[in-house]
Amino acid sequence: MSLRLEPRADASVTLKILVSFGAALAALVLVAIPVLFAGGSPLTAYGLIVQGAFGSMFALSETLNRATPLILTGLAAAIAFRARLWNIGAEGQLYIGALAAVLVGSGLLHLPPLLMIPTVMLAGFIAGGLMMVIPTVLKQRFGADEVVITLLLNFVVILFVQMLIEGPLKDPLSMGWPQSVPLLAEAKFAKLVPRLRMHWGLIMGVAAAIFLWVVVRKTVLGFEIKAVGENRAAARFAGIPVDATMLKVALLSGGLAGLAGVSEVAGVKGYLSADLSPGFGYSGIVVAMLAGLSPIGTVFAAIFVAAVFVGADSMSRATGISNYLADLVVALSLLCVLVGGFFLRFRLRYERAATPMAGA
Amino acid sequence: MSIAATNSVVLSLEGITKRFGALVANDNLELVLKRGEILALLGENGAGKTTLMNILFGHYVQDEGVVRIATADGVLQTLPPGSPGAALASGIGMVHQHFALAENLSGLDNIRLGTEGLLALGGGSAARKKVQQIIAESGLEVDLDRKVAALTVGEKQRVEILKALYRNVRVLILDEPTAVLTPQEADGLFTVLRRLAANGLGVIFISHKLGEVLAVSHRILVLRGGRKAGELVTANADRRAIADLMVGKSVAAVTRTAPVPGKVLAEFEAVSLKAGPGRARLDAASFTLRAGEIVGVAGVSGNGQAAIAALLSGLAVPDSGEVRIYDTPITKADPRALVGMGVARMPEDRQHDGVVGTMSVADNIAIEDVRSKDFARMGMIDRKAMRARADAAIKAYDIRCPGPDAEARLLSGGNVQKLILARVLERSPRIILANQPTRGLDVGAQSEVHRRIIAARDRGAAVLVISEDLDELFALADRFLVVHAGAVSDAGASEGLDRGTVGLLMAGHAA
Repeated sequence: MSLRLEPRADASVTLKILVSFGAALAALVLVAIPVLFAGGSPLTAYGLIVQGAFGSMFALSETLNRATPLILTGLAAAIAFRARLWNIGAEGQLYIGALAAVLVGSGLLHLPPLLMIPTVMLAGFIAGGLMMVIPTVLKQRFGADEVVITLLLNFVVILFVQMLIEGPLKDPLSMGWPQSVPLLAEAKFAKLVPRLRMHWGLIMGVAAAIFLWVVVRKTVLGFEIKAVGENRAAARFAGIPVDATMLKVALLSGGLAGLAGVSEVAGVKGYLSADLSPGFGYSGIVVAMLAGLSPIGTVFAAIFVAAVFVGADSMSRATGISNYLADLVVALSLLCVLVGGFFLRFRLRYERAATPMAGA
Repeated sequence: MSIAATNSVVLSLEGITKRFGALVANDNLELVLKRGEILALLGENGAGKTTLMNILFGHYVQDEGVVRIATADGVLQTLPPGSPGAALASGIGMVHQHFALAENLSGLDNIRLGTEGLLALGGGSAARKKVQQIIAESGLEVDLDRKVAALTVGEKQRVEILKALYRNVRVLILDEPTAVLTPQEADGLFTVLRRLAANGLGVIFISHKLGEVLAVSHRILVLRGGRKAGELVTANADRRAIADLMVGKSVAAVTRTAPVPGKVLAEFEAVSLKAGPGRARLDAASFTLRAGEIVGVAGVSGNGQAAIAALLSGLAVPDSGEVRIYDTPITKADPRALVGMGVARMPEDRQHDGVVGTMSVADNIAIEDVRSKDFARMGMIDRKAMRARADAAIKAYDIRCPGPDAEARLLSGGNVQKLILARVLERSPRIILANQPTRGLDVGAQSEVHRRIIAARDRGAAVLVISEDLDELFALADRFLVVHAGAVSDAGASEGLDRGTVGLLMAGHAA
């Protein structure tokens, strides 16, 4: 008897939904094992996570506040990965975007909020975008691997930002804390609900997701991105400008990550510091993969990941189980979704040895 | 259980059935091979040849049926299913289309590799003696001490055959062995096979070229749709009868009227292009393409065809010399510009370069003009217009697919080629590049493609056909070019040209 994989012609919608639920269920069952080891009850722990993430207006606000940058970095990864451009540098692009926002929005310009906010956003978008255009040009010109370059640029950017906020950009009123001069009030995003942290960055993220959905599904650019991503040789043969398309994707991807930085500075902190992002750039990759690179799906995946982290903190306080459980939930969900995607593309077949051995 | 059988049968496949889900790849197939016989296994793509051979080798397990193979003393024994090791041990040898040779080892080491342990390599005068004896008996002349990398394709194939013979095979299977050979090399191979058969070897010869099947085999087994479509004694068979058996219906022979060449539409003048990835160099090539004329490019693959195709596809510009389209020199590698000038391009590897498998049939038909006014407005795509064009193309070109929204990867090779024809011919191109237009297609699809190409010529298009199949070139071309080692020579009008002359040019001899 042997086990064989055969490609599936097409997966039905029912099967796709079943596989998604199966993956979620499998992840929850797998996470239950370490929870039991830690001496907790999995059901209680899950209940507390859900409650901690959505149980009150405050909890919901915290979750959505956390989801906001993840939506943007998730979209950055999704659009790049669709074109098979491996942008692992959203973290650095986020910081560069935040830096641009501070440079433009902390006193260089004085505009009313209606002009100031778009200007700050544009600055962050362009800065983040250029940060991704550089590795893409290096890839096209010299065949340099964009995975390595974007990943390493993250460290370069963060050290550069640290240098600036310890030096020329340091806020003289910060009592020695390494943080930049603050944004002007005109450049800051308004809160969505008074006294809660969630802000207009969330609306921007959702709008960006809808915009990207339109790009992917309805535009010539989306068509060309798909062709370039799925079969570069055929796209080139058909006359699609492969390099130009990749540069557009790079600008869009880096720009979205840059906007995540703008959003954190203008919506949450009000200034730039070296702890602006606890790895939003990297988590964006997980978010995009969980969403199957779908722009709309990215919004939900970002809320899911944010909820797990916010909820796990509160669960941890109540039960004493480490909040590292959040990393475990997210990681196992990703693995289960990837395995599920595999079963959507292939079916398993058992083959029996039909004829008994004879004559040997 | 051992079954005593007539001395002469070496291999017997009995009632082989193999299903993949709903598809029956092999349906109750019977095949008998006798000692000293060359059996041609013929069939369209998807007829079940590969599945049958994979069962024979133990890569697949049949759902029903048995494989029996003769032992050294002629007794038929059942081969355990699903065991490649048992198949090898029982004396089945196979020469694949793509050789499995270690390029940095000598011919002799390659022959011994796998049969003897690695530690035994080096020395080996007994092995050399045995191989030399096989060479003397078979006529498979090879320099045993040269590294395989330095051998010609024909010599490499001989090493592959020697490798099998060294293991004392009783059944030798060759999968499309002539695809890489010049006609002269192919003739040499046929002589060797006849000699091997005369010495008692059973040979299965898989091919889709009717001419060589008729030339070399004793018996022809035709498969169609997983079933045996017919069996013919070669001496009593003719081309037409075999082709009809393969496709199950009468294939209308493509007829071609005399060409009426018009003015020059494209011209290569002393064009050189250095070698690139997957592309051999082109050296000072000069030729013209005229309206209303089909020019065929013959040559063993890898002699400059890819460079000509790249230049005429807009993927490359000459390093020196000039490519002119309607007197305009091409100075920029821009496929879209060439498409805009009315050049239709059919890529050599249609799955790799021709379609994006995960995009729909409609997308793939529109892909070259996705930015045109027909399909795009203000950067937004008009899916309705794309689908309408796809619907029309599916009808006009008989593309068999679930519909315009089906992914192109689900289409068979023939239908992918029809999709590409629909894409490039719909705009009434003035220049057509057809690179291996029917490679891997069944006889029915082949004549369909040929008819379309000839119709385009009759409409006044200039056509360049690059093909490794001389039969195809003789069926299509009005004029012949031959490439060898990057040089293009003009072999003149196809009228009155004979294969021998073309073959000599392909091998680099002046005609």
